[in-house]
Amino acid sequence: MSTDKVDRRVDHSFHFESSIHEHESGKQGVWLFMATEVMMFGALFTAYFMYRGKYFESWVEGGALLDWKMGAINTVVLLFSSFTMALAVRETQLGNNKKALKLVVVTTICAFAFLVIKYFEYSGKIHHGLFPSEAMWNYDAQTSNLRLFMVVYFIMTGLHGIHILIGIVLMFWLMKRLKNEEFSKDYYTAVEGVGLYWHIVDLIWIYLFPLMYLI
Amino acid sequence: MSAPGENYINWEKGIWSWLSTIDHKRIALMYFYTILGFFVLGGFFAIMLRTELFTAEAMFMNGNEYNRAMTLHGSLMVFMVIVPGIPALLGNFALPLMIGAKDVAFPKLNLLSWYLLIGGAFIALLSLFWGGVDTGWTFYTPYSSKSADAVTLVVFGAFIMGLSSIVTGLNFLVTIHKLRAPGMTMMRMPLFVWSLYATAIMQVLASPVLGITLLLIVAERVFGVGIFDPNLGGDPVLFQHFFWFYSHPAVYIMIVPAFGVVSEVIATFSQKTIFGYKAIAFSSLAIAFISFLVWGHHMFVSGQSDLAASIFSILTMLVGVPTAIKLFNWIATLYKGQISLDTPMIWTLCLMSNFTIGGVTGLFLAAFATDVHLHDTYFIVAHFHYTMLGGALTGLFSGLYYWFPKMTGRKYHEMQGRIAAIIVFIGFNATFIPQFIMGSQGMPRRYHTYDGIFAPYHMASTIGSYILAFGFLFAIYILIRDMFKGEKTDEKNPWGGTTLEWTTQTPPIHTNFEETPIVTGSPYEYR
Repeated sequence: MSTDKVDRRVDHSFHFESSIHEHESGKQGVWLFMATEVMMFGALFTAYFMYRGKYFESWVEGGALLDWKMGAINTVVLLFSSFTMALAVRETQLGNNKKALKLVVVTTICAFAFLVIKYFEYSGKIHHGLFPSEAMWNYDAQTSNLRLFMVVYFIMTGLHGIHILIGIVLMFWLMKRLKNEEFSKDYYTAVEGVGLYWHIVDLIWIYLFPLMYLI
Repeated sequence: MSAPGENYINWEKGIWSWLSTIDHKRIALMYFYTILGFFVLGGFFAIMLRTELFTAEAMFMNGNEYNRAMTLHGSLMVFMVIVPGIPALLGNFALPLMIGAKDVAFPKLNLLSWYLLIGGAFIALLSLFWGGVDTGWTFYTPYSSKSADAVTLVVFGAFIMGLSSIVTGLNFLVTIHKLRAPGMTMMRMPLFVWSLYATAIMQVLASPVLGITLLLIVAERVFGVGIFDPNLGGDPVLFQHFFWFYSHPAVYIMIVPAFGVVSEVIATFSQKTIFGYKAIAFSSLAIAFISFLVWGHHMFVSGQSDLAASIFSILTMLVGVPTAIKLFNWIATLYKGQISLDTPMIWTLCLMSNFTIGGVTGLFLAAFATDVHLHDTYFIVAHFHYTMLGGALTGLFSGLYYWFPKMTGRKYHEMQGRIAAIIVFIGFNATFIPQFIMGSQGMPRRYHTYDGIFAPYHMASTIGSYILAFGFLFAIYILIRDMFKGEKTDEKNPWGGTTLEWTTQTPPIHTNFEETPIVTGSPYEYR
């Protein structure tokens, strides 16, 4: 019966013609999902630029409050994790489940490192009274709209952090499947899909870092 | 090969075989019951509103209760009925069959989409235990972030349902790109498939913006971090921009699939090749494209610049062009056709006449000088009910009756079906024509009491709404009764249609076709 479990290393789902057909379709699905991510963050970037134009001084003050060194370290960590993820995809394509597993583990460690650094950043900000909720805000701002900057900062980096968390869950899923050698030269859709997802998470950070910390 | 007499309904048994099914046709049937259930509930709130409005004074609801009933009516109908209505219900059933595929590209995601809709609806309806929500379905800030009602639940539920819509759209896009039968080029796709294609593009690109906007309201309410909070210098009008950036494409997410149903039904029941195939196909894409550029016409009185208002005004009028192209082509298809007035055709003709009124009054509202007068009056209420109820939902029922024999392997009662459609048409116009008149005279929307001079119109409208409700309940009753009791039929092609779903067994087998069909010509080769 067609709903029985398909061993995709050697077979494809009943409604596709071939493994390549199934792979291409899956990949297209992931790309469309990327488009939804871009639209979702796009709205937040719109808000960022609109308020930046309106309250430029606050954006300057806010940017200076953020620790660009921590941001830079995180950028390097994420870029490196994207690199190891790309290698993991390549190894899976070559059929080396074991090597790919190690690379995914490295990627996951980087993801955790990113979150740990982010945690120190967040707790530092909260400690200084910079969390922008009514109850927790306790900061003597130089400009009138610094709190709005911190709102935008926490929401954008927070949503990005949630994406990192989702990425970690996906990595553990990949690890389990790689350990069971579920992929082959003809079937590596899941690894490539998660890889694409990880790259877009990285890409969003590439925009967040200069916009928040540097300019 | 499947055993004789086996079909997608009976090949597996038990409730779990339904709840865990990944068969697009079974999922469509699950959507059928879900969506019609929500429709009846949403209609119940509408009838409460209309009953309250029968007299100028408060009858049995106070202002707050009225607002809550109104919000629930709007949210239910938009997020749980009309948006998923045609794509998720009819599209799920017909799309793979029409393109000769065995299933949608991602069957498991398809099931997930149903669970997301159910889950989101459950969360949103939980708010009833806190008495409901009084913001209106648009959740405008700053009120939605300050209201004491359970806004968070409804907003979060709507977010989940938005995910459901994205997943469906994404699934359909890949299905249409990748799973067409051999020989079916894009220009040989049935027009319903084209309309789903345009719809899916809008679902994938617009819904994420709604998603993040709703999450921002949640963040403001739960964590107290308000990106739209005017106290911090935030801009509530930005919320309106974000909201309508989704919600204007959303009205085309609702109506474009209905146009697709009309294209199928018109060709089949005129037994004539559709007139202007390419024009209809591309006008769907044109509507999808322009729909992203017109959101500002919801905000003519929200304080945007005159320049922006003028540009949005002109762009909005542009939408009329592809829409009119469709309508003219349908009429040209009818010309010298062998028209048979079966139930689906009656619904479709009702749609064409209702939607013409809805579309033309839309042009009044697109002209921003006129809109300033008509904004937030019953004229608007009547206008969007003519497009959403007289258009989208009427199209849903047309499609339900059209594919009913294929879906269920049974016939519905033809004469009762026609009568129900006509009752709906009469009730619908009786409800909403008075609203056009009182709206143009200045009756504001969202009020639970009103000046006595509007009483005759409100009374007429309320009586009309009872007729309308009776008609819809009758139409739903026929469908559900005949799904179990109707005369059995295994006729492959009861209407004489030419698209692929009519070439397979009735009801279809689990894998849709015994052999993958090979397409050699256009979908509408009648004569």
